[in-house]
Amino acid sequence: MGLLDRRLLFVTGKGGVGKTTVSAALARCAVAGGKRVLVCQADGVGSLAAAFDVPPVGFDPVEIEPGLHLMAMDTEASLREYLKLHLRLPLGGRLGPLASVFDFVAGAAPGVKEILSVGKIAYEVRERHFDLVVVDAPASGHVISQLAAPQGIRELVKVGLIRNETEWMGDLLADPEVTAVLLVATPEEMPVTETLELLGRIRSETEVSVAAIVVNRVLPELFNRREGALFDRLAEPGDWQDELVRLNGDAVHPVLEAAALATRLRRSRASHLARLREAAPDVAQIYLPFLFARPHGTRAVQLLADALAAELD
Amino acid sequence: MATARPHRATPRGTDARLDQLVAASDVVLTCGAGGVGKTSVAAALAATAAVQLDAKVLVLTVDPAKRLATAMGLSGFGNTETVVGRDAFAAVGAQPRGELWAAMLDTRASWDELVGRHAPDELTRDAILANPLYRNLISTFVQSHDYIAMERLHEIHASGRYDLVVVDTPPSRHAIDLLDAPARMADFFASRLLRWLIAPYRSRLANLASKPFQAVADRLLGASFLADIAEFFLLFQSMYDGFVERAKSVEQTLRDPTTSFLVVTTLEAGPVQEAMFFCDELERRGLRLGALVCNRTLPPGLGDPAARRLADHWQRHPEAAAATLSPVADHGPPAAGSDAGPDRQDRDRQDVDRQDVDPQDRDRLAQVFTTMGQSFIDYAMLAAREAELAARLAPLAERRAVVPQLDHDIADLGHLLELGRALWPT
Ligand SMILES: Nc1ncnc2c1ncn2[C@@H]1O[C@H](COP(=O)(O)OP(=O)(O)OP(=O)(O)O)[C@@H](O)[C@H]1O
Ligand SMILES: Nc1ncnc2c1ncn2[C@@H]1O[C@H](COP(=O)(O)OP(=O)(O)O)[C@@H](O)[C@H]1O
Ligand SMILES: [Mg+2]
Ligand SMILES: [Mg+2]
Repeated sequence: MGLLDRRLLFVTGKGGVGKTTVSAALARCAVAGGKRVLVCQADGVGSLAAAFDVPPVGFDPVEIEPGLHLMAMDTEASLREYLKLHLRLPLGGRLGPLASVFDFVAGAAPGVKEILSVGKIAYEVRERHFDLVVVDAPASGHVISQLAAPQGIRELVKVGLIRNETEWMGDLLADPEVTAVLLVATPEEMPVTETLELLGRIRSETEVSVAAIVVNRVLPELFNRREGALFDRLAEPGDWQDELVRLNGDAVHPVLEAAALATRLRRSRASHLARLREAAPDVAQIYLPFLFARPHGTRAVQLLADALAAELD
Repeated sequence: MATARPHRATPRGTDARLDQLVAASDVVLTCGAGGVGKTSVAAALAATAAVQLDAKVLVLTVDPAKRLATAMGLSGFGNTETVVGRDAFAAVGAQPRGELWAAMLDTRASWDELVGRHAPDELTRDAILANPLYRNLISTFVQSHDYIAMERLHEIHASGRYDLVVVDTPPSRHAIDLLDAPARMADFFASRLLRWLIAPYRSRLANLASKPFQAVADRLLGASFLADIAEFFLLFQSMYDGFVERAKSVEQTLRDPTTSFLVVTTLEAGPVQEAMFFCDELERRGLRLGALVCNRTLPPGLGDPAARRLADHWQRHPEAAAATLSPVADHGPPAAGSDAGPDRQDRDRQDVDRQDVDPQDRDRLAQVFTTMGQSFIDYAMLAAREAELAARLAPLAERRAVVPQLDHDIADLGHLLELGRALWPT
C-alpha cells in the first residue's frame, strides 16, 4: 500500500538527520494529494513551525494553510483534555499543584508521559479528525518508549483507566494498514549504524511496522565512469593539468580540489548506503537530495516534497 | 585520485593552541549538539596529548563508532580502563611520550555501582536493583546519562590516577542539561515533593494536600502501581545524604579552575545555535570555556573569488573549456605518471582507465567541466554559509580551532592523530 495511504506516520531517526524537515515535506505531499493532514511535533522543543515559516504552535491544532494543521505535543495539556473528556473533572485552565505532582510521577513511572502523548495522537487518528497524522517523533531511543508505551503500561499497571486505554491504542499502532514508522537517516557512519539499531529495536520491542527508510542529504553523483577517468587526469599532476593552469592560472587548483573532495565524500557515503541496503534489504528506501541552497524553511520543504513525490511515484 | 596540492589541515587564522589549554587543564570536557564530533574530538585530543606530553591521559568516551572503539581497544561494555598499546601507535608511525588510556561510559553499570556505594545496607541495595522501576528510571529520568557521566568524571578525577582526563559527553536533547545534572539530582533527592509523595505511604496518615491527586491518580493508574512507585522512592530516599553530598562535589569538579570545556560544533545552523547557547551558559555560570572547535569545515579554497569566476566560466561555457584543452588531450596519454605511480597496482589501474579515455570526445570533456563548475558553485555556497556562521561564533571564544571535513570516517588511531594535527598544530 502507498506510504501516504496510511493514517498515522511516525518520523524518527538520529538527532539532526532531518526528521522535522522530512515530516514537513511528507505533510506537504499529502496535502497536495488532497488530504487533511495534521503534523504533530512530538517533543515540544523542535522547529516544526519554523520549517513552515510560521510562528510556534501549541497543543491545539492550527490550520496554517488549507488542509495543513500543526500542533506541538504537551503531555500536561493532553492529560487535561483526557480528564475533561473521560472523568468530567472540572480542572479549569491549569492543573495547578496537581500538575507538578503529575510531572513528578510521570517522570518516574515509565510510560505515563509517553502514553499521554501517543494517546492524544492515536485519539486524533481514531476519531478521524484528519486523513493523515504525521508525527515528528523524538530521536532514536525515546521513540521506542513512545511506540512501546501501550505494552509497557499493560505490564506495569494492572488496573485503572489508563490500562483500559492501552488496548485500543495498541491495536491501532499494531495495524500496518493504519500506522507505520519512517526512519530518517543520512548516508554517514553513525546515522546508518543508529538506523539499523533502531530498526532492530522497533521490530523486537514494538508492534509497529516500519514502512521505509528515508535517506536524506544524499550528495549528487559527479561523474560517470568515463567522465571520472577524464577528471582523474585533470586532477592528477601531469600535462593536462599543466595546460589547465597555463590557460587559467592557479584558480584551477581550488576548483579541482573541490571536485575531488565532492567525489570522495560521495564515495564514502555510497559505502554507507550500500551497508544500509545490505543490512535492511526488506525495507523500502527513499532518497532525498542534499540541498546546497537554503536548506531550511518552506522553500526547502517544498523541494524535498517534490523529491518525495517523485520517489513515491 | 590525487590533486596537485593536497588539502592541508591548516587552521584558518586562528590561535588554535590547544597545547596550552591542555597544559593548564586536568580535565577537558567536549560538549555540543549530537553528531558534531564530540567523541572524535575528545579521542583525538587525548591521543595527541599522549603523543606530545609525558603524561598519563584518559579519554572517557560515551558512544564511539564501532571501529573507533575497536581502535582504542574498547570492546563490549563495562567500565574498565584499558591502555592503548605502544604498538598501536607504532603502527601509525607515532611514538607517544606518554600513555593513552580509554574507557567507555556504561550508564547501567555505573548506576548500579553508585547505588551499591550509597545504599545503607545490602538489603536496600538489592531491593533497589531489583525494583522494576529502577531500570526504567535510570534510562529515562532526570538526564541520568548526564549525571552518571559527571559522576564518573568526578570519581576518576578524585582518584588521581591520570594527569589529564578528556571527557566525551552523552548526546542530550540540550547540551546544557549536562551542567544542570548534578544540581538536579541533588534537587531531586531534596525535593519536598518527593517526601510529600512518600509521606502517606510511610505513615499511612491521610495527607490532606495529596488527596485530590491520590484520587485522580488512583483512578488513572490503580492504587497498587502508585504503591510500587512510593516504595521505590522510599528505598531511594535512604541514599539521600550520600547523593546530595556527591552531587555537590561533582559540581565542584566542574567548577575547578583546571577543568575546561571544549565546545564542539559543525558550521550548520542548528549545532551553531546550540554552541552559542552553551558558550553563554558557561559564562553565566562562571565555568571555563577552553576553546571552540569548528569541526567538519570545508576547505578554504572554496572562498577563493578567482576560483569562483573560473567555476562560473566552466559551468557556463564548458565547450570552450573543453576545446582549449582538447589539443593536448589529442596527443594521447600524458607522460607524467608513468614513473610517478606509488606502486604497480595503482599504475595498472591507471592503464585500465586510460583505455576508457577517448580524447576526441569533447562532449564528455565538456560535461566534466560543467560538473566541476557546478560542484564548486554548490560547495562554495555551503562554504559561504559556514563562513557566516564562523563569523557569528568568533566573538564567543578567544581560542578557536578549525578542523577540516575529512573525506573518510574516523576509524583508527592514525585518523585521530590526523584530527589532532588540526587541533594542535606542531
Ligand atoms: N536534504 C537536506 N539537505 C540539506 N540540508 C538539510 C536537508 N534536510 C535537512 N537539512 C538541514 O539539516 C538540519 C537538521 O534538520 P532537521 O531540523 O529537520 O533535523 P531533525 O532530525 O528534526 O533534528 P532534531 O533531532 O534536532 O529535531 C537543518 O539545518 C536542516 O535545514
Ligand atoms: N572532521 C571530521 N571529518 C570527517 N568526519 C568526521 C569528522 N569529525 C567527526 N566525523 C564523523 O562524524 C561522525 C560523528 O562523530 P562523533 O564524534 O561520534 O560525534 P558526536 O560524539 O558529537 O555524536 C563519525 O562518524 C565521525 O567519524
Ligand atoms: Mg526536529
Ligand atoms: Mg558521541
